[in-house]
Amino acid sequence: MAHIELPAGLPGISGGFAFRPETAKPMRELAHVLLHEPNSLTPGERELIAAYVSSQNDCYFCQTSHGAAAACHLGGEDVVRRVKTDFENAPVSPKLKALLAIAGKVQRDGKLVTSEDVERARREGASDVEIHDTVLIAAAFCMYNRYVDGLDTWQPRDAGMYVQMGQHLAEHGYLKSSQR
Amino acid sequence: MPHIALPENQPGIRGAMAFRPETAKPLNDLVEVLLRGQNSLSPGERELIATYVSYLNDCHYCQSIHGAIAAAHLDGDEELVLRVKADFQYADISEKLKALLVIASKVQRDGKLVTAEDVGKARSQGATDIEIHDAVLIAAAFCMYNRYVDGLATVQPRDEAMYRERGKMVARDGYVRISKTYLPAEPVER
Repeated sequence: MAHIELPAGLPGISGGFAFRPETAKPMRELAHVLLHEPNSLTPGERELIAAYVSSQNDCYFCQTSHGAAAACHLGGEDVVRRVKTDFENAPVSPKLKALLAIAGKVQRDGKLVTSEDVERARREGASDVEIHDTVLIAAAFCMYNRYVDGLDTWQPRDAGMYVQMGQHLAEHGYLKSSQR
Repeated sequence: MPHIALPENQPGIRGAMAFRPETAKPLNDLVEVLLRGQNSLSPGERELIATYVSYLNDCHYCQSIHGAIAAAHLDGDEELVLRVKADFQYADISEKLKALLVIASKVQRDGKLVTAEDVGKARSQGATDIEIHDAVLIAAAFCMYNRYVDGLATVQPRDEAMYRERGKMVARDGYVRISKTYLPAEPVER
């Protein structure tokens, strides 16, 4: 049972959002800009960063739902699993590997990011906006993950539900709830 | 020097926000609701939670500016801000706020560390569900803002007077209104 009385039947962050629409609105808008709106990083690449950071934070709901969204964009779960376990050897671009290395450091502490990390990303073709967005996606998921876990929201173990949710997120983004 | 080419003369998060106004908007809207919106926790209490979490995350810019904003809301009581950071259990704040700071400090490390006992303690000191929700989300949100500010290696001046003055302005005007002074003007809709 969640720590506070959240609306029943809504998994993960949807429960927190329905409980407090005033804070849900900017949180949805932030996720939508970061993960869904046009960007030189594809939605699949950005969802992989979100899923990776959420797995480093050990947040079941977020890593599963964003992993499902990434799988939907990229046409398979295998790449998501491999990014989570060992992204340096996963089938993703050298640029995305360099960005995931930055994201992994931000997840622990922003101060760990070095100019060498940023240089590596630049050498692989990352732009300043892409580096900025990687840092902010990683930082933002340190918020979303703590919010979902800190309220002890309902995080069902139901693979089919996450696949559906991932499809909804991949198609429609984050402004409206995927829960009917 | 920042890791990417941020606008000059804008310290801390302001430089990052001016660089990317599209994400600045929801970031400012969120902090405005959390720290200044209608709430049974006072703005000073909420700024203390933000300051404490930023201190635990060792983010110089955020703990300095939110400490200054907290002090501005609390009749200039900078001593109280220092005491909350050093050991909030012995600071002159309510038992309810102490219980919420315990929850916030656990969220700062990992949301899963918050126990039913922590929440029960806050409730027995009079905290409502919304206050508990907001303490969790303020702590979570500052784990984002702190990492954003540090992760880009933004400019973080060591100038207490600057934070004190800025803190008074933000306490008076709020986050969204003051953002108009450093964000590019929004394009006119045609």
